[in-house]
Amino acid sequence: MENILETLKKLWMDSGFMGFFMGGGWKSLIMIIVALVLLYLGIKKKFEPLLLVGIAFGTLLTNLPGADLYHMGMWDAYVHECPYDPVNDYALYNSAQERIYTQDEYYYYVAARACGRTSDQIEEYFDTLASEGGDINADFQALVLSTDYDEDVAMSVDGSLVMELSFTDIAHLGGLLDILYIGVKAGIYPCLIFIGVGAMTDFGPLIANPKSFFLGAAAQFGVFFAFFGAVLLGFSGNEAASIGIIGGADGPTAILTCMLLAPALLGPIAIAAYSYMALIPMIQPPIMRALTTEKERSVKMEQLREVSKTEKIVFPIVVAGFVILLLPSTAPLIGCLMFGNLLRETGVTERLSDVAQNALMNIVTLFLGISVGATTVAARFLTVNTLKIVLLGLIAFCFSTVGGLLVGKLMYKLSGGKINPLIGAAGVSAVPMAARVAQVEGQKANPSNFLLMHAMGPNVAGVIGSAIAAGFLIKVFGA
Amino acid sequence: MKMKLSEALIDAVMGWAVVFLGIALLVLVVVLLGKAMTAKKPAAVTAHEAAVAVAVPETKSSGPAAPGAAGELKLYDTPERDAAMIMAIVADELKLPINELRFISIKEVKK
Repeated sequence: MENILETLKKLWMDSGFMGFFMGGGWKSLIMIIVALVLLYLGIKKKFEPLLLVGIAFGTLLTNLPGADLYHMGMWDAYVHECPYDPVNDYALYNSAQERIYTQDEYYYYVAARACGRTSDQIEEYFDTLASEGGDINADFQALVLSTDYDEDVAMSVDGSLVMELSFTDIAHLGGLLDILYIGVKAGIYPCLIFIGVGAMTDFGPLIANPKSFFLGAAAQFGVFFAFFGAVLLGFSGNEAASIGIIGGADGPTAILTCMLLAPALLGPIAIAAYSYMALIPMIQPPIMRALTTEKERSVKMEQLREVSKTEKIVFPIVVAGFVILLLPSTAPLIGCLMFGNLLRETGVTERLSDVAQNALMNIVTLFLGISVGATTVAARFLTVNTLKIVLLGLIAFCFSTVGGLLVGKLMYKLSGGKINPLIGAAGVSAVPMAARVAQVEGQKANPSNFLLMHAMGPNVAGVIGSAIAAGFLIKVFGA
Repeated sequence: MKMKLSEALIDAVMGWAVVFLGIALLVLVVVLLGKAMTAKKPAAVTAHEAAVAVAVPETKSSGPAAPGAAGELKLYDTPERDAAMIMAIVADELKLPINELRFISIKEVKK
């Protein structure tokens, strides 16, 4: 009987339920509620369901105590290329001192802090040790024996396995979601998605009306406005750049930029980007109506010229070559986007185009969603910074719309009233949602107005514009 | 590493300017490309128009081209509003985004 009770007790202690009652477990509970809310928004409200459902489920899985599917600390160790303690799931990196510790230094640091030494005192000791030589282990022993320190700390630092982590190590040590996350970390998923996006995009309206390109550039205003706002709110340059790119309204671009510049913020940034993209039909119309007059909105645009097949084939080749030569850091995004588009337009690679548009896109979307969701670990997500990111993301979307509309109005004036400024709002990528919103608003002002094809020009130009903006930010803030 | 606000402002302005500059150069390339391509196209256009004339000889080609139709849609005795509804219905039935469909002409069949 006693054995049975003991076994049941052990089962309970080892179960994930117990994890909710241990240090910080309540945060996991909150994140599970967040996951359920996201699932509701994706399934019931149809907010970008293809990605949001995956992200939400990843959030649910990663926050179930004991599931061990994703290890934040392991990725921190990879980020900083410093030793990682898998027993306690933390990297041996002192962010306050911006210093990577060896195993011995780290143990000494923890023990010394437990004994009441300040970080500065310990740093001074390390510096002395480095300049004069000495045995840190001996000093560690002396410290431990001479002081009445916290035993829990001693337990946690005793006998931990220490290693430097590579993708191979993570593939061996990590959980399922750690392994899937390698695709995000290596920048593979966003680029594969861009091949699919390219294969699905018709650049015809943009080629027929190249002026649309300027609207795609104008709508990157929100990226740089939010970047400045983020710096104002205390984020570092790298973090601010990653937050600002939400305004590009392009999920893969935002994920790739964030992964390269501020991987710790990937979860909240991806969720904000995809949520706001889904909310475009609610975010944009009030701004469109506020910044344009009824007369401007009712402008019927002239039909576009016919674009030849040859032009459509040459376009991706020329754009890829030109933009990558101009800004080499855009190579992964622009290269994949234009490769996908070339598959679509050649007319001889229909099978590949079909795979890129459907099978590849669906498989990568599945992996991307769930692995991005996995990064929303409670300890990292439930912070004031997440709230700031959500706010800045909204600001980025709004000001991108404003930028597009204002340049649209300028083009309306310069063209003598031939360009409907509403198509400027479609410059915020989010293909084809933003173009549809322009069509709907134009038709409200004038029922015989058909802006969809005209808005598709700035819309796909926005994809190129946001890739260039991302390339600039990666170049400036990347390592 | 925290940034100075002045540096952030300069980076923001410069970033937007770089995007505009890159796009402006791209526009130039695309315009030149378009001019080069369309310079040798008149014969093809004539052939296309001839094909349309042969395909619908019995209808008057007085119907205006639908605005916003990428220059590809000809309407024959069909009001724009009806044409829009037809295109929307076809897209809905096919479960495809309307921008992925190409409508050549819409003609009212009179019994």
